Amino acid sequence: MSVKLPAFQTLVDAHWRDVARLAHALAGPVDGDDVAQQAWTQALAAYPSLRSARNLRGWLLTITHRCAMDAHRGRARRAVPHDDPASLASVTKAAPAADVALLDGPMLDQPLWASVAALPPRQREAVVLKYVADLDHPTIAAALGTSSAMSRRLVSDALATLRKDVS
Amino acid sequence: MTDPTARLSAFQPDESTLRPPVLPPSDVSYVVEDTPIGRMLLARNDSGALVASGFVATAEDEDRLLTRLSERVSPRVLRQPGELDEARTQLEAFLEGRTRAFSLRTDLALASDFQRAVLPRLAATVGYGDRATYGELAARVDRPSAARAVGAALGANPLCVVLPCHRIVASSGALTGYAGGLEAKRYLLDLEAGHR
Repeated sequence: MSVKLPAFQTLVDAHWRDVARLAHALAGPVDGDDVAQQAWTQALAAYPSLRSARNLRGWLLTITHRCAMDAHRGRARRAVPHDDPASLASVTKAAPAADVALLDGPMLDQPLWASVAALPPRQREAVVLKYVADLDHPTIAAALGTSSAMSRRLVSDALATLRKDVS
Repeated sequence: MTDPTARLSAFQPDESTLRPPVLPPSDVSYVVEDTPIGRMLLARNDSGALVASGFVATAEDEDRLLTRLSERVSPRVLRQPGELDEARTQLEAFLEGRTRAFSLRTDLALASDFQRAVLPRLAATVGYGDRATYGELAARVDRPSAARAVGAALGANPLCVVLPCHRIVASSGALTGYAGGLEAKRYLLDLEAGHR
């Protein structure tokens, strides 16, 4: 049983802007490019073994999300212990946490994104996957390794906070 | 605009920093070129052999050929012009009349079994500047009554120009059909006859 997949280049042409947008929204402008590049490299490697050609956009954006989370963890690992004040200063400069990284650079909607960056990580991911990436709840749930019901819950909790913050 | 959902949907990273991904050459590399005989797509497989040289006048033609490459060779199909430099150079030289033959490794992955019988025979027996009829070529593959089938096999030639189906004409001598259009066929035959 072989799946009929479109040529990979047509995916790149159709979705590279969406992948870049999600990567920047999850990882910030500094790491966004690397995350997007990594997502495409992983997608290309895995592509021939895909068993369905449905929702290829969702598949690509799910990979992008995973790469953004890997980048976040990688950054956390690179951080050194904080006993020495001098090294602490250099670390905050060189390796900001993901939520700070989000705001590090020209962001069009500062008040909103300050509030997004302050959300609990799972809520932040869910609300970005829903409204920046325009994914449906089953896809978001799969990306987060949870249920659709939980995905809805995370998004609505995030929105409640954001509405309160920006009103 | 106070609704956070609309503001999230409107998120747009700094456009000047965005660029398409840079991927290494993969299973299939292709390029689309404007040539004197029309817009053509050239593709090679992972061993460097040419698998497609086809006319793609429209975006739909291009999609159709890319889909065939994806299904018949590998879905890892990437636009990588640099990988086709050798084929482009040889095609350009041929179309300008500076060379009379191609020295490219080819692969008939996109061809049917019958095409695999017909196309190599065509390349081996109908040289530069020569012409043959569909019936003659049919006889050369031991299928003397299969002139129509030969016509269909040539009409879907996956390696146009490189495997010279343009040298095959009707028994009346008329040019008949060509994937790249009759004007392209006339250009090629005139070129080979030294009329260009």
